[in-house]
Amino acid sequence: MADLTCKDLSMTYRNPQTGAEVHALKDINFTLKKGELLAVLGPSGCGKTTLLNMVAGFLKPTAGEMILGDRLINGPGVERGMVFQQGALFEWQSVKKNVDFGLRMKKTKAVEAADLVEKWLDIVGLQGFGETPTYQLSGGMQQRVALARCLVNDPDVILMDEPLGALDALTREKMQSLILELWKETGKTIIIITHSVEEALLLGERLFVMAPRPGRIHKEYHLPFAERGLSEPLRAIRQDKDFTKVREEILTMIWNMEEEIMGRV
Amino acid sequence: MFEFIADQRAAIAAVFILTLLLAFGVSIYIGRKEYRKNGQDQVFGDPERTKGGWYWSLCGVSALLLIWFYFSWGVARAYFPNAANELCQIAKLDEALSPIRAVLPIGSRSYQSTQLVARNGAQIEALRDSMPKQAFSRDEQQVLELVIDDVQSLLGLSSDPDQQSPEVAAQIELLSQELRAIAIALDAGPSAVEPSAEALAQPKWGATYTEIPLLPVTARGILFDQLSQDAALLSDRFVTLKNIPPAYATRIPLITQKIEALSAATKAQQFSDADVEARKDYIKSLDRIFNRLDDGSIFPAGSFAPLMKVFQELARAQAHAKGSLKVIDALFVPGAGVVKSRTQCSEQGSGRWLPKPMDVVVTFAELADPDVEDGGGFKGTPLLWWKWLPIADVVAFVIPDALADLWAGEYARHGVDGKVQENTKDRLLALAQGDIDLGSVPALDGHLWDSLFRVLVAMGLGILCGVPVGIYMGVSQFIKGVLDPVVELYRPVPPLAWAPLILTIFGIQDDGKIFLLFMVAFAIMVISARTGAAGTQLSKIRASHSLGASNRQILLYVILPNALPEILTGVRIAIGVCWGTLVAAEMLAGTTGIGFIENVARTVSDYELIWVTILIMGILGLAFDLIMRWVIQKTIPWRGKG
Ligand SMILES: Nc1ncnc2c1ncn2[C@@H]1O[C@H](COP(=O)(O)OP(=O)(O)OP(=O)(O)O)[C@@H](O)[C@H]1O
Ligand SMILES: [Mg+2]
Repeated sequence: MADLTCKDLSMTYRNPQTGAEVHALKDINFTLKKGELLAVLGPSGCGKTTLLNMVAGFLKPTAGEMILGDRLINGPGVERGMVFQQGALFEWQSVKKNVDFGLRMKKTKAVEAADLVEKWLDIVGLQGFGETPTYQLSGGMQQRVALARCLVNDPDVILMDEPLGALDALTREKMQSLILELWKETGKTIIIITHSVEEALLLGERLFVMAPRPGRIHKEYHLPFAERGLSEPLRAIRQDKDFTKVREEILTMIWNMEEEIMGRV
Repeated sequence: MFEFIADQRAAIAAVFILTLLLAFGVSIYIGRKEYRKNGQDQVFGDPERTKGGWYWSLCGVSALLLIWFYFSWGVARAYFPNAANELCQIAKLDEALSPIRAVLPIGSRSYQSTQLVARNGAQIEALRDSMPKQAFSRDEQQVLELVIDDVQSLLGLSSDPDQQSPEVAAQIELLSQELRAIAIALDAGPSAVEPSAEALAQPKWGATYTEIPLLPVTARGILFDQLSQDAALLSDRFVTLKNIPPAYATRIPLITQKIEALSAATKAQQFSDADVEARKDYIKSLDRIFNRLDDGSIFPAGSFAPLMKVFQELARAQAHAKGSLKVIDALFVPGAGVVKSRTQCSEQGSGRWLPKPMDVVVTFAELADPDVEDGGGFKGTPLLWWKWLPIADVVAFVIPDALADLWAGEYARHGVDGKVQENTKDRLLALAQGDIDLGSVPALDGHLWDSLFRVLVAMGLGILCGVPVGIYMGVSQFIKGVLDPVVELYRPVPPLAWAPLILTIFGIQDDGKIFLLFMVAFAIMVISARTGAAGTQLSKIRASHSLGASNRQILLYVILPNALPEILTGVRIAIGVCWGTLVAAEMLAGTTGIGFIENVARTVSDYELIWVTILIMGILGLAFDLIMRWVIQKTIPWRGKG
């Protein structure tokens, strides 16, 4: 069972010049079961990216530990794939080369790799773009490539930091459906950070609303909308009464937090 | 070939000029039309505006070539082939008259005599003020004052018209009349004298490296030439003319006597060493001024008035005799005209240092001619050709002798039979020293290839060593810390400042130059690779870690390609700097290379060759840059789009 467990996770940034400390995260505890889809929401600067980077292994927590399955997380690994806000594609290579990057690093056989790449390009809807240089793709297409590049490696956990932040509303909606589809089909554990409350509600089977200073989990929700999104059109869900109710509740919550920060400053 | 060009100069020039004028006009026409078509919908400052526009390049180039042609006197030589010869004859007359002109206020502000009086007067005053009183007794001081007064009075005597001997005045009058005869002859114009066979046999203007034919070939030229011979005789007589006033005869022995008495006193009496020194110096400077005044080169201000008048007439007559040549001179001979020196006439100003385009082409053709035996190439080496390169030489270069020494066993000794039986070790040594014939391969050869070879090898080594070092410096604190001071300390030193040292250590042949250029290329490649590597986006590195890449793989597949734009820019800059450094290094030392050619050309003032080398360097530099631009466009179209 590849569950993800975080125990008493804390992160303090220290400015080497001034010695000033920022408590980005403090005592985060949660367990994510295999196949759960977690959305993380919170005002800017509450430590969402920090949390994700620690799970990915890019940052070492100042206290606490993270366990994936039976192994302590210590540094980046192939079992945790990451999708960045701006794609972070290798612009000097074609779509195909980007997608099979992980396979090449593992020295997978070329034929095998080609099949896998074909399959994933199909799934993310980029069939026929294999030879296109990535810098010629639109933002939405670039995110699909990033997604395919991550998935082709077959990670246990997929980490996404505002993957749809830079996309227009329509592309965004398509990508949201795509993420739900992928989640259903692959049964992977997914953590997705977003700024959009709607997106969090639509995608998150579980939802953390985080609060800043120090960064902590303020409230946790278990939501039905992601399951429904697999069969119903997303637009219909958005109009749902329950949906709007939770949305307003969370918006007020975040709004209050922001007010509090402003007041404190 | 040369003769043909010389003969057909006018026709060739016509084609040349018309083509250029046409290109100039057409390019402006196209340019304006394009501008009208595209001009309106663009905003000022939009970088897109600078794209394309070959016609403006054509416009610039043709204008440049036309200016070159004009200022190199190309028009004059093509259409007025005898103009330079005639100007040369006029220059001869000017040269012949120059000794007389020198004493008159022509081309200077005052008479030479006025200048002499002013200068000597000032020096006498200075002498009076600087008398070392402690070294002379009171009596002697009075004597000295008197001597100085006497010397000063000489200035007055020679400036006084009444003191001038009537003979001198008569001589000046006579000279003036004879000079006037020259002016009259000029006014009369040329007579129908045929040029000598020798003159006609001279090579044409610019057809040899002696620029302008010296002997007159036209009637006008003959006139000036003959008159210049007359004028030379007059000048010879003029320079013997001295103004020695009769009063000098009594005055000078007196002064001499007093000065000698003072000198004698220095020897006879006991003075301290310092005083002896001071006395000697002072008497010596007094004596020097005195001697200068008794040579009769100062004349009363009015005595040259007749000469002045005649020279004005001469100037007018010369201008008159020049006739149509005046127009040609003014319009088509920009620069300082033709000057006659002792043995030859030469073009001055732009006509001298700016060779005619056709001469440059011919010089290039001679230089490019691979037939070294037949005078082609330069100093026994062609410009760019091929030769059979013995493979043994290459092998010897690659295998160090020490390898043979390290080989197992001993070198053979001579046996009891008095013979040496070679063993493997001996044969290996022979190979390492290039003594075994391995046949030959065709290889490039020549000055240009030597230069290119040095740059390319140095660039290759520089890239091979510099890029990895730079990349590691971009990612490793240790390597950056260790190598940064080394690179940053030697890099700011101008490469040529290293040259004396490097050339001493590695020799002035290829090794030294290649090492010098390697240093240049290495530093630039290190810095650019390092900047490129350090500029890799963190998210890309993180992504590749998550995708399972090892550190080595990240270096190779992420950081290196990310640094590629910077690296290629570095290569582009390094090639330019290397090329510049190489040429300078070749000028410093060595026996081959394009810089060597220019250096030799410089020492013999061969302006055609200098320009040919400059043009070759410019064109090659441009070619390097174009190639690099093309490579950059082809290899990194994604540059800046990540
Ligand atoms: N490298 C760093 N050094 C010091 N402080 C940092 C660093 N990175 C983040 N922080 C601080 O940690 C806190 C959390 O940052 P983080 O980037 O995790 O926020 P976030 O929730 O992702 O915000 P956003 O929604 O704006 O992306 C912030 O207050 C930030 O100032
Ligand atoms: Mg963030």
